[in-house]
Amino acid sequence: MSVAGETITLALRGRCVVPGRAEGEALVTRDRISGWGGIDSRTGTIVETRHELRGRSFAGKVLVFPGAKGSSGWSAAFHLTRTMGTAPAAMLFNEMTTKIALGAVVTRAPAMTGFDRDPLAVIETGDWVVVDADRGIVEIRKRAPAAP
Amino acid sequence: MQLTDDERAMADGRDGPAVARAMDLLLRYGRALGAERLVATNNIVASVNATTPFMRDFAQQRGGMDAVFSEFSLDSDVTVPIPKIRAFTTHTQLGFVPDEPERMGVDEATVRFYRQGEAFLTGLGVQATNTCTPYQVGNLPTRGEHCAWMESSAVIYCNSVLGARTNTEGRESVGAAMLTGRIPYWGYHLDANRLGTHHVRIETPVQSTSDWGLFGYWLGAQVQERVPVVEGVQAVPNLARLKHFGAAASSSGGVEMYHLVGITPEAPTLEAAFGGAERLRAAETLCFGAAEHRATWEQINATGRDTQVDYVMLGCPHYTLEQLWEAARLIEGRRVHADCELWIFTPRAIKAIADQNGTTKILQDAGARVMTDSCSAMSRGVPKGTRVAAFDSAKQAHYLPAILGVQAWYGDTAECIDAACTGRWQGRFV
Repeated sequence: MSVAGETITLALRGRCVVPGRAEGEALVTRDRISGWGGIDSRTGTIVETRHELRGRSFAGKVLVFPGAKGSSGWSAAFHLTRTMGTAPAAMLFNEMTTKIALGAVVTRAPAMTGFDRDPLAVIETGDWVVVDADRGIVEIRKRAPAAP
Repeated sequence: MQLTDDERAMADGRDGPAVARAMDLLLRYGRALGAERLVATNNIVASVNATTPFMRDFAQQRGGMDAVFSEFSLDSDVTVPIPKIRAFTTHTQLGFVPDEPERMGVDEATVRFYRQGEAFLTGLGVQATNTCTPYQVGNLPTRGEHCAWMESSAVIYCNSVLGARTNTEGRESVGAAMLTGRIPYWGYHLDANRLGTHHVRIETPVQSTSDWGLFGYWLGAQVQERVPVVEGVQAVPNLARLKHFGAAASSSGGVEMYHLVGITPEAPTLEAAFGGAERLRAAETLCFGAAEHRATWEQINATGRDTQVDYVMLGCPHYTLEQLWEAARLIEGRRVHADCELWIFTPRAIKAIADQNGTTKILQDAGARVMTDSCSAMSRGVPKGTRVAAFDSAKQAHYLPAILGVQAWYGDTAECIDAACTGRWQGRFV
């Protein structure tokens, strides 16, 4: 049993896509993300009209999402976020495609996929997430729910 | 990853630092995918050009076009001198129309920077076809040929209609491929991944280019990035219909490959498209009937409210010679309305033939503008003050309201030409 204010730590295991270690606050979406035409690379903000994260910035966050969609300009749009200093700290996703593999590689943020549990079901926006892609482990620190 | 001796030598610097950087990226990319090896390719469709002010500043500060290519086409931390390319490469559409900078809202400095970039690229050996439809102008791969293409509407055409093999590549992977002649052997390069996953039956007339656009738009939303197998095609669709169909399916979803039973090369029979009866039985079945047809028409026209049309755009994906001829027949003897503009986009090479035939003159005499190298979505270029636009392309009707905030109407080419000549949208679902 946990006490309000304490943290609960969970762990996921997955496959390394881009090596490295990073940590940050989670930004979670169930919508796939478009690169070209879907994000503003200058601010790291999602701009797609009907996206649930429209207007939110992923800069410095651990971005947790199902996968990539849309134009073949996906990697170029995320590549720009790195050169403009607005890239996510890390990327965790479920669906492997060429768009996202190349996009993650050129963004150079640690990235993982192929998890033992669905990260969309385990991680919530605001959780503190430590991504160790080299060891294939994601550590999630959740704030315990307030006592009733 | 397993490398051949030749690939290992490229990675170790035998062919110079740019080729070594290219191999480094391909290995990082291949490992990310989980690919076991690379495959040889001599057919690349790439976006390499740089036109934005950010790229211009980057070039000025970091050492010119070699620096732009090193960073944005090879993902290299260091600027390396770029040698002539090794694999045949044609260029995708551009971010503006270089001949019409004013109309595109582009300044002189951007045009100068573009020209500098174009000289650099053609000097490397990149063919400046500047089109989203490479298969129309000199890049028509053979069935089974391994390719590395960008541009989603071209990728789906390459895999499905031509039976060549490509994944949706990006700017950096095609940059590396053009210097090495290699791309990861993964995804649609392998037989097993080209087999059908969804069984789709057409149960309503799908005949006109407009019908095919709607069917594609519906299909993409249904199957996302899977491989649909379509049964029940009533008449063999031509190039323009399949071009619009694929562009729509790869806009509303991420479809990179489909089969039309009895028509496309890897679907001689329904069973063959699925790779056997067992997979066919296990596949999900979907129906495109009258209700789905109408609902999709209403969905794609959802942003259209005002019937006064300011702008009609044709040529997404870039118009074929046949479509230019059809547009000329529809508009000859008529005149584009004073309060409306009609822009038609086609590859530069196709326009050269249309110029020679007099097709361009018929269109221009009626007040239309025949433009090349780009489109409204890529350039964010529309006539000044456009509030309401009309398209015969589901892809353009999908993107432009999001990109520019305009209202979009979708209909067939005749409805679009009527709108351009009357200034009013009178399209309806038939």
